Formats: sequence, structure tokens, C-alpha cells
Amino acid sequence: MSSTYGIVAVLVVAVGTVLVGTYGLRVSRTTSDFFVASRTVSPWWNASAIGGEYLSAASFVGIAGLIFAHGPDMLWFPVGYTAGYLVLLALVAAPLRRSGAYTLPDFAEARFGSAAVRAVASVLALGIGWLYLLPQLQGAGLTLHTLTGAPDWVGALLVAVVVTANVISGGMRSITFVQAFQYWLKLTAIAVPVVFLVMAWQAHGARDLTGPELPVFPRETAVSFDTDTSVHVDEPVVFRGAGAVDGRRVEGSAVLPEGEHSVAAGSRLVFPEGAAVPRVSTIPFNTNETWALPLRGGESFPLYAVYSLIIATFLGTMGLPHVIVRFYTNPNGRAARRTTLIVLGLLGIFYLMPPIYGALGRLYAPELLMTGDTDAVVLVLPSRMVDGLGGQLLGALVAGGAFAAFLSTSSGLMVSLAGVLSRDVLRLRTVRGFRVSTVLAVLVPLGMTLLVGRVPVADMVGLAFAVAASSLCPLLVLGIWSTRVSTVGAVAGMLAGGVPALVAGLVTISAGGGNVFLARPAAWTVPLGFVVMYVVSLLTPRRVPPGVNHVMVRLHAPENLGLRSQDRL
Amino acid sequence: MTAMWTAGAILLAGLAVVITLWWTSRTRNDFLTQEQRITFETLHTAWSAAPPLRAGLVPEAAKKSAKHLRTLLGTPALALIDDTEVLAWEGGGDHHATDAVGLAAEVFATGRTRAFDIACDEPDCPVHTAVLAPLTVEGRVVGVLAAYSREPSAGLARATNEVARWASGQLELAELDRSRTRLVEAEVRALRAQISPHFIYNSLSAIASYVRTNPERARTLLLDFADFTRYSFRRAGDFTTLSEELRSIDQYLALERARFGERLKVTLQIAPEVLPVTVPFLCLQPLVENAVRHGMEGKVGPGHITILAADAGEEAHITIEDDGIGMDPEALRRTLAGQVGATAGIGLGNVDERLRRCYGDDYGLVVETAEGLGTKISVRVPKYQPGVHA
Repeated sequence: MSSTYGIVAVLVVAVGTVLVGTYGLRVSRTTSDFFVASRTVSPWWNASAIGGEYLSAASFVGIAGLIFAHGPDMLWFPVGYTAGYLVLLALVAAPLRRSGAYTLPDFAEARFGSAAVRAVASVLALGIGWLYLLPQLQGAGLTLHTLTGAPDWVGALLVAVVVTANVISGGMRSITFVQAFQYWLKLTAIAVPVVFLVMAWQAHGARDLTGPELPVFPRETAVSFDTDTSVHVDEPVVFRGAGAVDGRRVEGSAVLPEGEHSVAAGSRLVFPEGAAVPRVSTIPFNTNETWALPLRGGESFPLYAVYSLIIATFLGTMGLPHVIVRFYTNPNGRAARRTTLIVLGLLGIFYLMPPIYGALGRLYAPELLMTGDTDAVVLVLPSRMVDGLGGQLLGALVAGGAFAAFLSTSSGLMVSLAGVLSRDVLRLRTVRGFRVSTVLAVLVPLGMTLLVGRVPVADMVGLAFAVAASSLCPLLVLGIWSTRVSTVGAVAGMLAGGVPALVAGLVTISAGGGNVFLARPAAWTVPLGFVVMYVVSLLTPRRVPPGVNHVMVRLHAPENLGLRSQDRL
Repeated sequence: MTAMWTAGAILLAGLAVVITLWWTSRTRNDFLTQEQRITFETLHTAWSAAPPLRAGLVPEAAKKSAKHLRTLLGTPALALIDDTEVLAWEGGGDHHATDAVGLAAEVFATGRTRAFDIACDEPDCPVHTAVLAPLTVEGRVVGVLAAYSREPSAGLARATNEVARWASGQLELAELDRSRTRLVEAEVRALRAQISPHFIYNSLSAIASYVRTNPERARTLLLDFADFTRYSFRRAGDFTTLSEELRSIDQYLALERARFGERLKVTLQIAPEVLPVTVPFLCLQPLVENAVRHGMEGKVGPGHITILAADAGEEAHITIEDDGIGMDPEALRRTLAGQVGATAGIGLGNVDERLRRCYGDDYGLVVETAEGLGTKISVRVPKYQPGVHA
């Protein structure tokens, strides 16, 4: 694979981000003109910045990989990631901004005036942030591995070090212009190659994407296995190569009969053009035709899985620590709503792209179905479909975009997590406390990355969404729209929803899949969180915080009514 | 798959460490002897009663403190009474609350602790005798602490008296708190009115000099002057946003520029993310005024003032710097310590005090200065603080 250009692109993105983060403000905002200096962030800039911080590894590589492997059910991931902002827009954005809160724990304190509610919200925000950071680091590892063959931990460590150094040195802290630039970089990096890929597909005769046959090797293809892999062969294939299959050494030509086979790490097998591609056992049997049908993704209760996914992604967005802090930048509640509306549009455009990679991948990179590296489909397609230098440059563009995704999301998360740690856990509200917290904030997910094998990136992110939707979403929605929530109810609801979701998720990753009710817990944990919060609140009416009506007026009254500022002379 | 178990375990361990850190930062448990434990528990109960007492004699807070005071005295019932009503009744037999004001009247009149016998028809009523002790602030009786029990005892009378004296001490502290708050409010009011006569005189004469030569500029300056005074004299609201504070500084600097002309050079670097941050009203303008005075005083050449506001995660960092004559660090330290008569950096002490009161002692002014070397003042403002709204 064309690694040189890709590595250069990754380095350019990394160095460029650092430089813009460190010097950007100095260059762009040094002025002697107050009119220029006091311009607030416009909703367009802010929306781009939210997009830049939000479009993570899961969006850039994960969605295409899941669609590639499991079919159109996975379209609910991008739909949900976007629609989450619709819920945020309708229910949360403006009141949250008016509350004056910067983080979710701040909101808990502003609304309930209780240290206990704040503490629980802090711990949950920390857990969600760590779960979200983990797939970012994994995705970075995957990208570098695909580009250079370096072990997975190299990329994770690289991102961790770059981001930590930056956050500690004061660069790249939620700087709007940097994050906004990241959105447009990512959009370019994923959209420009799509144009060329579709043109190449047309030039190759526009082969049917949903034909009735199994995915076949488009040309003679060598497949390398880095780990012991269990594959399922649906049509006998002839291959040659070197390695160990089913525990026997193979040298030269052989036939893989139908059924389960194990391929040892280090094997390199060459398959002829037109042979049906064996699949990793975790991917369901599908011809290209059945792949394109809904509810064929291989889960035991596909309809439940889909609805659970919808609930988690629709309601989880508002609980992500790095998304919430960006709303503070809006000057008022109205601007917060406008920003959210624009975010919806920006994300909608971006998410048109990954499914195209997923679909084309079944024609042009089907061997990923055999190694299980389905998340790599975005990275390998450009150089696979477009020949020569052009393909390599497009591949480099995609790799750079992917790296931008890891860097921006990780840095946003790190700043938020370090803030929670320094303020609520270490109680060191100094610059030094923030630095110590930053290091602490990165060590936990880094430690997990070095130990966990490959879990699909988007699945890990789905888990973070499920925990957020089950715990912090009830806190926000009921906290904003009900005057009857008590402090006891708030704590009980967050724990009742969040703890089962977290445990179910951790069990699922540890077991590497398994029961769909644990793998997609949102459909039962979210109602649990809401019901427990409301019922316990009704049972403890004496613990409703005093002054709740006052707080409600502040959250809901539009600024221009003048209810809040009595300062006109 | 064991690796994944390990990963899950690490996440949980990380959370556990966090919770432990959080917990140990709040409580410290040591092994205690019996005497130490009694001392500890008594003082701890007293300590728990203190914060509500510090809020003064109001019903809401009195209810909270009465609970702890009853634990402290170990009586079946306890009441806090002011000169018109029973503020809090803690414990059983609360049908006696109606008579309590009458009993208290005598204590209010004499200012002495007294015991009363109380007749009651209900067989299981725990109230048969009462000890009423006065709560005094500055020699004046402001309330009565009433301890009720089944049997009269000299011990109860003495204990009640001591607890009442301790509670009086807390109430005096409450009074002190209120005076301090009033003082700070008065200082803020004074600060608002403190637009110096010199500044008004200088501004108006600068404007006058433009009236004929450049009427348009004169008009703009007058509007700036009007806006600036309107902002500075506004009555309500202790907080404002950084962008409003900056707008007022802009008007202030426009007026100073009319006076100093090209000599006054200003560089700004404001991160747009921090413009919506809530800051105490007039917390930056005195610093800029200080910078202008120290930056331009005794100087022929141009003076530079730099205003930086940067985003730092949960905080905004604001720096105001000038390249003027600087200040004597010792004199400045005396001003910031609140010593009367110190003249270096007027206004700085007030801003420092208000920042500390809003955000805690971690958030005072940081001033780097030496005579002849300019001054750099740094302010850190948290983006969110409970109770702080624009």
C-alpha cells in the first residue's frame, strides 16, 4: 500500500493542527480595533466547530466499515448521530445555554443546587468520556496500521501524546477556528475521493452493487492475517500461498472447502480473480443482494437492535461532554438554536459519504470481510479503485482526514475530561491541577487501548451513546422540562439508567459480542432511567430543590423579554 | 477475550480511583480514643449547627440549626424564638409552641436565663420544664433558645446557657458577615461613583477641542461618554458579560485616546469563545484605568497597553499589561491587603476583594510589576460558578 503519501498526510495534519492551535489566535485576532476583537462566534463558525469536534473515528471510518459488513441497518448510526442534534435542538439547546452552565456537572449544580447530583453527573461524564476516547485511540491505531503495518498501539500512543502535549501547553483548547477548519478538512477528505470513486466505478462498467452473487475478489488478491482468524467459506475456493490453515502448514496451491476454517497469524494467502470471498465468522452470510436488505445484519432480534440503536443515538448526543461545552460559546439561547440547526445540515452532508464507501467496498475491497478489518474500508478503497499517483494522493487525503478526526475529537474530549477531573475530583482549580488532570484523563483509555483487541470502532461509540442516553439525557430532559424532579430522584435516575448500561456494555466488549440485549442496552436502560428518575422524584417531593420556579424562568424565558436584566438605566 | 475483561476492569478501576480520591478529599478518618471521639462528636455537631446560624435568625436556617442544637443538648424538644414568633420547634410536644413567645418575653425583658415549669394534660408529652436562655448580639437580646425536658435540672440550665452563648457568638459572626457584605456593596457603589472628576474634566475638554475642528468626532465622543457613564452608573446586577465589560472599556479608551492622541497604543487579543463569560460588574475597567495611568504617566513617548483574553477550558484568562512606570510591589501588597492609606493601584484592592468573594481565594488578582518595568495584571474567571448569572 502506498504508505509514504499517507504518512506525510498524517504528519501534516498533526503538525498543522498543533501550529494553528498555538499560533492561530495570535495571528487571527491580534488587533487594535475593538469592533473586530469583540465579534462573537457566529452560529456558522460554531456549528462548523461542533461538526469538527463531533465527527470522530466512528463517523469517519467506523460507519462505512459497519455498513460494509452488516448492511443498511447500520445506516441508523449516521441517521442517529445526526438526529441526536434534532432532539438537542428541540429540548435542550437554548435552556442549557441560558442556564449559564459550561459542563454537564455545572448544569446539574445550576439546576439542582446539590453537590450530590453534581458528583454523580461528574463521574458519569468521566466514564462516558473515557468510553468515547477509547475508540478514537483505537481508530488512530488502525489507521497507522493500515498505512504502515505498524502495531496498533503506535497510532494510539501517537494521538495520545500529541493531544496531551497540546492540551497541556495550552494550544488546541476548544479554539473555534481550529475545530471549524477540522470539519471542512474532514468533509473534503471524505467527499473528494467519493467523486473519483464513483467515476472509477462508472468507468469500470458500473457493476451492480446488489447483484445476487457473493462478494468476489475483483482481481488476484493476496490476503495477510495479523491475528489468528476464524473464517467461514461459503463456496469452495482455490488459493496458494504460505501459512497455516486449520492447524496444517500450507505451501503452494490448495482448496478451502465449504465450512469453518481457522487461519493462523502470519499467513499470507493469494486468491484468484473471481473467487467468492470467505468471511470472518462474526459477519453474517449475505450475497450482495441480501446484504442490501434491512434486518439482515446477523443479530438475533434485529428489530429490537435497530430500535435500541435509534434510542441510544437520538438521545445520547446531548450527554457527550465535549458537545455540551461548545454551546457555551453561543452568546444566547437563540444563537444556540441556530447553531444546532446548522449542525444538522453540516452533519447530514457529511454522512452521505460513508455509505458509498461501504457499498463500493463490497465490490473492490472484499478481502476485508475475510480479515475482519472492516473499519479499514475507507482507507484502502481510494488506492484500490483509482490507479497510479491519483489513487495514492486520494488515499493520503483520506488518511489525513481520518487522523484529523481522531485528533479533534480526542482533544475536545480531553479538555472536557481534564476539566471535570481537576474541578470535581482533585479539587485543584489551578493551571497545574488542570495539567495533572490531563495526564490522568488520557492514561485510563490509553491503558485500555493497549489491552483491548479490535472491537468495531462504531460499536464502542454506540456504547458511550447508550450510557449517555440512559443517565445524562434523563437528567437534562427532565431537569429542563419538569419542576417536580427532586435531588434524590435525579441521582437515582442517573444511576438506575447509567450503571446497567455501563455494565451491559462492558460485559459485551469483554465477551466480544453476544446477547443483543446487552450489546444494545439503550431500549431498556433509557426508559429505566427516565421512569426511576420521575417516580423517585414523585415519592420524595420534599427534596425538590427550593427556588425551582426561579431557575425555570431563567432556563426558559427568552433573553430579549428582559426578564433577567434589570440593568437598564 | 481476557484482554477485554482487563480493559473493563481498568475502566472500573479508574472510576474507583476517582471516587476514592473524591471521597478522601472530603473526609479523613483516623482512629480516635474515647475522649477524642466525644470531643470530636461534640465539636462536629456544633460545627454542623454553625453554618445555618451564620445565616442569621431566619425560619429556614433556624430549623436546620435547631436540629443540631437539640442533638448537642440531648433534650426532648428545643425551640428558637425571636421577639414575635417561634422560628423553629424541634422535637415532640409542639403544642406548647404557642405559649413559648409569652415565656420568651420575660427573657427578652431581663436578658437572663430562666427556668419555667410547664403544665400539660397529655400523658406522654415530653415537655414539663423549660430553660430559656437569651441569644445576644452586641449586648442586645435578639432571640431566645428554649430547651424543654421532663425534669428540671441544674445541669440542663447551665448547658443551655453555654450553648446559647456559643450560638450568640455565631450570630455575632453572622452580623459581621452582613456588615462585610454591606461594606463590599458600598464599595462597589463607591467604585461606580468613582469615575474620577479628573476623567470627566479631561474628557469634556478633549471633546470641546474637537467641537469646531471635527464636529463628527466630537459627537461620537459624546455618545461614548454617555454610554460609558450609563454603564458605570447602572444600578442593578452584580454581574455582566465579558463582551459588555469590553465594550465599556472601548468607550473609556476612546475618551482617553481623545486626550492622549496617538501616544496611547492599544493591542487586543480576545478569544471569541470567552466573550459570553460572566464576570463581576466593573472588574476590568479599573484595571485598564490603572494601566492607562501607569502606562502614560511621566512619559513623552507612546505607551502600550495590551489586553488579552484567552480560553482555558473551564476558565477564561484575562491579562492587562502596560509598559509604563510600574508600581512599588511593597506598596501594592499593602493596598491588596486592604491597608488604609496605601495609594498604589487604587481600585485594584476592590477588584481583588470582589473576585475572591465571588470565586474563592484561588481567583485573586495576580500582579507582576516593578518600578520602571511596567505592570501585568492577570485575572482568572471560571466560566461557571454557582449563583453567578449575568
